[in-house]
Formats: sequence, structure tokens, C-alpha cells
Amino acid sequence: MLLYLEPSSNGLKRSSLELITAARAVAGGSTITGLVIGATEEQLAVAGEYGLQECIVITGTTPQQAGNSNVAKIIADTATELGTKTVLFAANSTGKDVAPRTAVRLQAAIIPDCVELHGTTGAIEAVRPVFAGKAFQRLSSTTPTTVFTLRPNVFTAKKSDAPVQTAVRSKTVTIGADVRTTVVTNTTLNQGSLDVAEADIVVSGGRGLKAPEHFNLVEDLANALGGAVGASRAVVDAGWRPHREQVGQTGKTVSPTMYVACGISGAVQHLAGMSSSKIIVAINKDKDAPIFKVADYGIVGDVFDVLPKLTAKISALTSHN
Amino acid sequence: MNILVCISLVPDTTSKIVVGADGKTINPQGVKFILNPYDEFAIEEGLQLKQKHGGTVTTVTVGPPTAKEILQRALAMGSDNAVLVNDSNCADSFAVASSIADLAKETSPDVIIFGRQSIDYDSLVLPGMVAEILGWPSVTMVSALTIEGTTVTAERDIDGGKESVTTTLPCVISAQKGLNEPRYPKLPDIMKAKSKPVAERTPSAAAARTAVVGMTLPDSKRLNKILGDSEADINELVRLLHEEAKVV
Ligand SMILES: Cc1cc2nc3c(=O)[nH]c(=O)nc-3n(C[C@H](O)[C@H](O)[C@H](O)COP(=O)(O)OP(=O)(O)OC[C@H]3O[C@@H](n4cnc5c(N)ncnc54)[C@H](O)[C@@H]3O)c2cc1C
Repeated sequence: MLLYLEPSSNGLKRSSLELITAARAVAGGSTITGLVIGATEEQLAVAGEYGLQECIVITGTTPQQAGNSNVAKIIADTATELGTKTVLFAANSTGKDVAPRTAVRLQAAIIPDCVELHGTTGAIEAVRPVFAGKAFQRLSSTTPTTVFTLRPNVFTAKKSDAPVQTAVRSKTVTIGADVRTTVVTNTTLNQGSLDVAEADIVVSGGRGLKAPEHFNLVEDLANALGGAVGASRAVVDAGWRPHREQVGQTGKTVSPTMYVACGISGAVQHLAGMSSSKIIVAINKDKDAPIFKVADYGIVGDVFDVLPKLTAKISALTSHN
Repeated sequence: MNILVCISLVPDTTSKIVVGADGKTINPQGVKFILNPYDEFAIEEGLQLKQKHGGTVTTVTVGPPTAKEILQRALAMGSDNAVLVNDSNCADSFAVASSIADLAKETSPDVIIFGRQSIDYDSLVLPGMVAEILGWPSVTMVSALTIEGTTVTAERDIDGGKESVTTTLPCVISAQKGLNEPRYPKLPDIMKAKSKPVAERTPSAAAARTAVVGMTLPDSKRLNKILGDSEADINELVRLLHEEAKVV
């Protein structure tokens, strides 16, 4: 199996650790190999704890320099060399961009945005949400090699009971005249704050907050929980919050460990972006609000009254621990 | 500039989804089908590129004959030509990508524009697949686009930020919300579009690479513990989150 891994400031991205964890369950004795572009030995140190047996470090270029078509070529060439039957990507912005190209190069099927993998490499069936999470499709592949992208935060990253020493080897690639797209600048907009799509806990606010200046109530709870702030489309359209925070069909898809919806009605388009969250908490003054139907826990109450109390109690609890 | 816009017919998200008798697809009975919302940005971008650079806009959909309805909407918005690749069972993205690539090979567009994703199968794979089949560059999730000569500059959304990318024509683009403000077709144009021709093609011979094993509806396993707003209730919520859900 070949896994496309991405470095982070302190090791590997969590979505990459999720890929290694998911691979262990379907490897069936075959070797789990990672491919990473430009990572240091320190960054790879964590991989062995998750059971990564082998890792190929690509040197001589960066994903930004190489562009999506060359990254796909590097991965496809490596998969061919190794005779890989399964290639895994995270369904994040890189994976979504590069995986379809890799599949075409490998003449392989692609099954995107998977939330479950069953069977073993070479004969994996995958489950993915369709129709905005209103149904699940189970798919198999009819090609010898298959490319999967895994929805982030669904496969929980767990260290292996049998840690290994990852065998690291580097491979230098030279990208010649074949550069098709070049990334000129790369800006992180929400420096210092977590992206909703990557956060483990998301606290979202909707029109029930009444005005943009009341979002401090949502931010305070998010801070107390160590989570990110999300928003409904109604408040993004009203200009209260930036589009990058929007959760839902036309915003981000999130599946955190806990999603807290504050003053959000729970329209289907909003549910489309958060219904695969592990625990859903709703705070709404209307007991018939649709959000309660998908909630694990709920408070029927006024956000202006409930949020400050809840934040204080959670802060008290977490400072004790 | 020769522009190809790819659109799709999808169930409205408010539609109730019922699994069909085969256990693999949805039962279309009572489902309202619409133009995929993101594809409006793709059509609008095509029309704006034509305004700036001249040329023609061709809109294509791979789907059943009922998809003519959304092609007529594209014509009413200002698209010059419409093509239906008549394929009623196009569940596999590779087969659809091959049909679009076949058309592109024949008509040699300068740019192919998709919506960021279709809201039915949410695969987001078509732009990259079509580009790779054609050997073209692609920029997905584009929120700002300029083309000067054959130089393309695009801003794209990435996790937690934005990226500015340059490339050259011919290329494939996928349109993110915010790229433009899609126009509403005017009533006389909607009427006129109904009599405009829609060319029909047969789908690519490429075989599907995935097979549907089954389709199921989610079983709502939510706990539904809904409390009041008293001090005691809020304490209970914190306790449940801490001891039962173990998320705090
Ligand atoms: C094509 C399409 C795509 C869409 N995409 C998205 C999307 O990506 N994301 C998204 O979120 N929406 C999306 N929508 C919009 C969606 O349909 C809803 O309009 C939107 O989610 C509503 O936002 P809201 O819940 O904040 O507001 P409302 O529906 O107005 O709900 C506000 C809620 O706050 C509660 N409330 C009011 N005051 C208080 C108070 N003091 N205390 C507690 N509760 C209170 C009310 O009871 C109500 O339930 C889309 C719609 C369409 C047509």
C-alpha cells in the first residue's frame, strides 16, 4: 500500500497519521509505504509509532514548485515501481487535487471521500456519504490498483500496538520543462486560529446570535474547549463571519469529535457539512428546531443566557484537570 | 476563446432520498432535479470570459435526456451551444470524465470550466481526471481568475488559506463560490432557449472502474438527550460531555 503523507510543523499532519492507522486495518500483511515530499528525519520520527514500515522521501522539489500534475506523476511512478494495489490520500485540499490525476495515470479506479474501508488491499470495499450525507454508497473497484481518499477526522489516528522502525530512503526527482502549474504565493489566512475543517472541536454560531458583535460568546466557548469557530451560511451571507468559517454544503465539510451548534436551525444544507461529527451538541431556544433531531445532547434555551454559563463551567472543569 | 462549461443535473438538497428497488441507486420518484448550484458559477465565468476575449461558450452535460432542462437554462443565461452526452447510467466518474475528454479532443476548447463539486456524489474528481486524460494543467477551487494571452493566473482555496497559481492555456478550471455573481436568465431568454437546438452525442466507450455494491440510508444513532436551560441542566450537560461522551 502507498500512502501520500504530508509534513506538518511538528511531524506529520494528523490526516497523514489517520491514513497510516486506516492502512493497518486493511494491509493484510502487505507492506505499508509512505511517500512524502521534503520531510526531515525528525518529522518522520512519529511514523513508526503508527506502524509505517517504509517511507520514501522525495527531494529536489516541493509540491508548490512541481505543481499538481508532477506530484501525481511522482506518486503514480512510485506506485508502479512498488506494484502497489492501494494508494491512499487524505481528502483534504491536496488529496482532492492530486488523487484524481494519480488515478488516471495508474489506470486505476478512484473512490473519494471514504468514511469506511472493508476487506484487504487488492479487494477493498469503501463506504462514502452521498447526497449531502443523506445516503451512503458502498463501492468496489474493477481495476487492479485503486486510489482512495479518506475524509479527515473520521479514521481516528491511533498508535500501533506493534511500533516499527520506519525504513526511510530518499529519492531525488528532477522536474524539467514539464512544470504545468506553479504556485506563486501561499497565504494562511487564519494564522494562529484553527481551520474548521481540521479542528477536533468546532463551535458554530448562527442567526440566533443576532449580531456579529455577539460572536464573542461562540469564540469564548471555542477557546474554553480548544476548538475552532464555525458559522452557518446565514451569518456568512450577512457578512458577520468570513466564508472560510462556513460549514455546510456550500462551505466546509467537518467531522470533528464534537460539534456544537449555537443558534443554528439545522437546515439540510448545514447538516450536509457536519452530520458525520462524532458528537453533536445543539443550543437553540426553539425546542422544535431540526438541529435537535441530529443532536446527541441539547439545551433548549437562549444562547445569551446558556453560552456564558456553559463556557464558565467548562473552563472550571478543564482547569481542574 | 473557445470555452467548454461542464454542468450536471442533481437532486435538490431538500429532496428526501429513498433507495431504489435495486438497493444501489436512488428512487427518482418525487425528487426535484436542479442545476448543480456550483455550476452556475462555472457558466457565469464562461460568459464573462467570452465578453472579455470573444469566442463561444459551449455547455455540456453527461446525463439522461431530462438533463436538457439545465442545458436550456445555460442557453438562457447566454451560452452559445449546448451538448447532451446521452448517458442515463453514468454513475462512474471515469466514464463521465472520458465522455467530456472525448468532446474536448474533437472541439479543442481553450479552457474547460467545472463547478467545484456536484452536490449529489460530491466526488470532486472530474476536473483533475479530465485534465490528466487530456494532458492539460488544472486549477481547482478557483475563487479569482484572470487570463491574459495564454497566461492564466488563478487564486484557489486551500485548507486554512489561499494559493495563487499561474499556468497556461489550454487548461481546466473548477469554480468555487465567490468566483463571480451568477446572472439570472431573463424571461424572454428562457422562452427563446426552449427552441434552441441541443446537440446529442453518445457516451465514451470507456468502461466504469467502480461498481456500486449497495446504497443505504444513515441509521440515526444520535442519543437525543435534550435538556432544559436551568443551572442543573447545564451542569448535567457538562457532566455528560465529560463522563459519557468523554469529549471534555
Ligand atoms: C443551495 C444552498 C446551499 C446552502 N448552503 C449552506 C451551507 O453551506 N451552510 C449553511 O449553514 N447553510 C446553507 N444554506 C442555507 C440554509 O438553508 C439555511 O438558510 C441556513 O443554514 C440558516 O442559518 P441559521 O441556522 O444560522 O439561521 P436560521 O435558520 O434563521 O436559524 C436561526 C436559529 O436560531 C434560533 N435562535 C434565535 N434566537 C435564539 C436565541 N436567542 N438563543 C438560541 N437560539 C436562538 C432559532 O430558533 C433558529 O433555529 C444553503 C441554502 C441553499 C439554498
